[in-house]
Formats: sequence, structure tokens, C-alpha cells
Amino acid sequence: MTDLATATDGIAGAVPASAGAPVVSLAHVSKRFSNGTLALQDMSLDIRKGDFVSLLGPSGCGKSTALRIIAGLGDATGGRVDWPGDKPRRGDIGFVFQEPTLMPWATVFDNVWLPRRLDGVSRQAARADVEDALDMVGLSAFSGSYPRELSGGMKMRVSIARALVTRPKILLMDEPFAALDEITRFKLNDDLLELWEQHHWTVVFVTHSVFESVYLSSRIVVMAARPGRVTESLVNDAPHPRGEGFRTSEDYAHLCRTASDALHRAMEAAA
Amino acid sequence: MSVQAESGPPLATPTAEPQSVDLRARVARRDRTLRIVLPLAILASALIGWELAVWYFEVRHFILPAPSLIVTTLFTDWPILAPSLVKTLTITFAALSVAVLGGVGLAILFAQSKWVEISFFPFAVILQVTPIIAIAPLILIWVDSTPALLICAWIVAFFPILSNTTLGLNSADHNLRNLFELYGASRWQTLRYLRLPAAMPYFLGGLRIAGGLALIGAIVAEFAAGSAGRSSGLAYRILESSYRLNVPRMFAALLLISITGILIFLVLSLLSHLLLRKWHESALKREN
Repeated sequence: MTDLATATDGIAGAVPASAGAPVVSLAHVSKRFSNGTLALQDMSLDIRKGDFVSLLGPSGCGKSTALRIIAGLGDATGGRVDWPGDKPRRGDIGFVFQEPTLMPWATVFDNVWLPRRLDGVSRQAARADVEDALDMVGLSAFSGSYPRELSGGMKMRVSIARALVTRPKILLMDEPFAALDEITRFKLNDDLLELWEQHHWTVVFVTHSVFESVYLSSRIVVMAARPGRVTESLVNDAPHPRGEGFRTSEDYAHLCRTASDALHRAMEAAA
Repeated sequence: MSVQAESGPPLATPTAEPQSVDLRARVARRDRTLRIVLPLAILASALIGWELAVWYFEVRHFILPAPSLIVTTLFTDWPILAPSLVKTLTITFAALSVAVLGGVGLAILFAQSKWVEISFFPFAVILQVTPIIAIAPLILIWVDSTPALLICAWIVAFFPILSNTTLGLNSADHNLRNLFELYGASRWQTLRYLRLPAAMPYFLGGLRIAGGLALIGAIVAEFAAGSAGRSSGLAYRILESSYRLNVPRMFAALLLISITGILIFLVLSLLSHLLLRKWHESALKREN
């Protein structure tokens, strides 16, 4: 039986066997909003190459704030964000918002082209990359469609393709599937996981779903609210490929219970 | 991610019983026909009633001319009315063009910094709320008649473009703005690829209002200038005809102004539809 190794004392210490060198390190990062709310308190976290990290916690626990700080959208008010390798250049960070956040006036192709276009890459020069990205999310046939012609799940796929088109060093996803129905969410989870198993990207995935975090990630960082902080870090070394079989396995149920208990402890700590 | 489209072909029309589809299509066709026929019928009966009333009560044509006389006058007086129409149209479109350039230009300037907006917006409001008829005589003292007309028409036309475009430039989706920031977009790129397209529906709404206002501005200014006897637009023809009690010609000129206004509105609506039909909610049919 696979187990979630917990590391309550040395939170940044627990590392899945598969992970490489840190891509980005948060050291005692905190964020206080201008209205005085302490959104994030003393968060330390290493995101390692090839790691799929889920930030799991209730609303207001600062998980989205942490993600935005990593992305460079808004600065931390305390602590440091270090990039041990090269400083991230434009296109090194892919970001997927909770909403698809597409430009309604632009076709699917133009939406995915955007990050390269902002980098001065012409339509012709970007064509191969855009088509690759669309192919990965299974939307090659829809490159000429407008966002309004797509379903919610398909819009999200476009959003993911746009984040992938620059071949980012790290992919940040802010509750990307929270607004989707369960069937679509499962499908997108499967597809995302399959892509991750092929490419071993470095992913930080914000979610408030225990099931999603256990299904997808190699590490689950549990967070508590008021003030937002990390309470536990769980390593999930359930073997890949994970699929429908894993989702219905006893292992999975057990792992979910462990993660769920950790989340409950975090929520009690907040209350 | 290998996928089939999650929900079948996009925008699929719901399938229903053939019979009810047939019925619904017939209702839709009847609606479309009525939409055109009904207003035309009402308009026609009003005109016929007018014609009959004038004939029956033997109303003198310098009090109220019959529609048939107005149309006849339009043709017989065309050599006099046509140059006036051209003049009014020239002023209207010149003013509208300058209003578009000025309104959009200022809106872009306002969008660069809220301090610019806060500093200059009051001027725009003052220009907007002061009745143009009250400013026109002043402007006519300062400048020649044609530029004066242009300025008057511009003052009334540019405000809706400015305020709508400013609103539009500021209403680009915040997450999209974050995305542009994340990818290191320059101010120009954000304007070009995000804020201007986002502002387009707002701008077009302002343009439609401004089109009508430019015509009104031109006419009002012509009245002000016409009383000084220096103009030859349609409004001047109305004034002149009223002095001569040539009421049929007044009506003919009035008819031309109305038609011009309607055409401006239709052309701008068509332009708006063509530019937005691919993506904006306002131009799309609801699917239900």
C-alpha cells in the first residue's frame, strides 16, 4: 500500500524521489494586503524540477496569493523568492487562471499565439509552436474558432495550450478546473496527468479539492487560513501512470483520507 | 490530451420534433414579415390620413402642406436643396471624423494615467453640459462660419466617443491584463492587443450616438449662423423658407434632415454589426 509521507516538522524537507533541483524557492515569504490582512505568513517551499505540487487549502488560505507571488504578479511583503537557475525570462512561466481568460475577439489560434506575439514572434514563425500546443490539448481542429463557440472545458484547454506555447520552465495553475462540471473536470485531470507523465513539467497546482490534489500531484502542500500559512506537506508517490483504475482503487481512497485529515487539521488550526 | 470535443459540435441547434420545428420556422417567418410590414403600414396610413385631412379640411399649404406637395417640392426645389444638403453633410461628417480622432485620441491619453483623466475630464464635461446653442454665437464671433459650424458639431459629437472609449479602455478583463503583464507586454502592446479591442464595442456604441449628435450639432450651429445670414446648409434653408412662408420647402428640407439622420444611424449600426458579429454578445443571436 502506498502511503503519504508526512513531514510536519520539516515542511520543505519532504521531497518525492523523482524530483530534481529546485526551480524556484520560497523563503519565509509573507504578503500583507494594503487593507492590513495577512494573506500569507512565513511560507517556505522548494518547487523542484519535475515536481507536481498541489497547494491545497480552504478559501482565504493564501494559495492563490502564493501562486501569484511565484508568477511575479504582485510582490511579497516579506521573505524572498529565489530562482536558483536563470532568472525567469518572459515565457518561462506559464499561468492558467481559474477562468479561461481568453480574448473573445481573437480566434483560438490567435489566443494561443499571444505569448509569442508579445515576444515579437510573427504568426508564421509561431505557427508550429501554436499547432503543437493545440495538438497537445486536442484542439487542432478548432484553431479558427472563436472562444464563444467552445464549451467551458474546451476554453480551458485553449488556456492551457496558451500557457504551454512558450514551453515554460514552470506551469502555474490557479484552480483551473474549479468552475467545470465533474465529468469535464475528470477528463481534463486525466489529460493533464497524461501530458505531465510524458513531459515531466514542473507544475504548481492550486486547488481546494482533496481528490484532485491526490490524483494529480507528487506533493501536496496543505495550507490553513487566517493568516494563510503552510501546515503540512505530504509526499504522494503513488505510481504512474495513474488512470481511472487509480481513481477507484483502495490506495486512492486511503491517500484521500490522509490528505483530508491533514486538511481538517489545517482548518481546525484556523478556527 | 487526446480529446473529442466534450460537447459535440459547438453551437449545435437543439433537435426537436419535425412538426414543431416546422411550426417554429413558420412563426419565425411570420415575425420577420410583421417586423417590416407593421411599421410600414402604420407609417403609410398616417401619411394617407394626413393627405386626406389636408384635402378634406382645405388646409392652406403655407399652414400645413400635404405629403404629396412636400415630395413634389423636394423634386422641384432640388437644385436649391441639393447644395444645402451637401453642405450639411460635409459639416456633419467632418465633425464626426474629428470627433472620432479627438475622442479616441483623448481617451487613449486618459487611459495612460488616471491623473491625466482626473485633470482633463472636467473640461470635457463642461463642454458637454453647456448647451451648444448658447456657445455657437460666441464661436461665430471668433472664427469664420464654416469652421465655426465644424467646431459646434464637434463639441456635441466628441463627448460620447470620449466617455465611451475611456470606459471601454478601462474595462479590459483584469486577468487578461495580468496575463499581459506576466508576458512582459509593453504599454503599446497592451493597448494594441488588449485595451483597444476590448474598447471596440463601447467605442461603436459611442459612435452611434455621436453620429446623430454631429448632425444635430451641425443643424443647431447653422441656425445660429443662419440668423447672421452667412450659411447655406439645410437649417439655413428652413429659416429662409420660413421668412418667405414657403412651408412646403421647409418640410422638404426637414425631410432631408430626417432621412440623413436615419441613414447615419443605419450605416453606423451596420458598421458596428460588421465589426462585432464574430465575437461580441450584442451581435450574436441567443441560442435557446
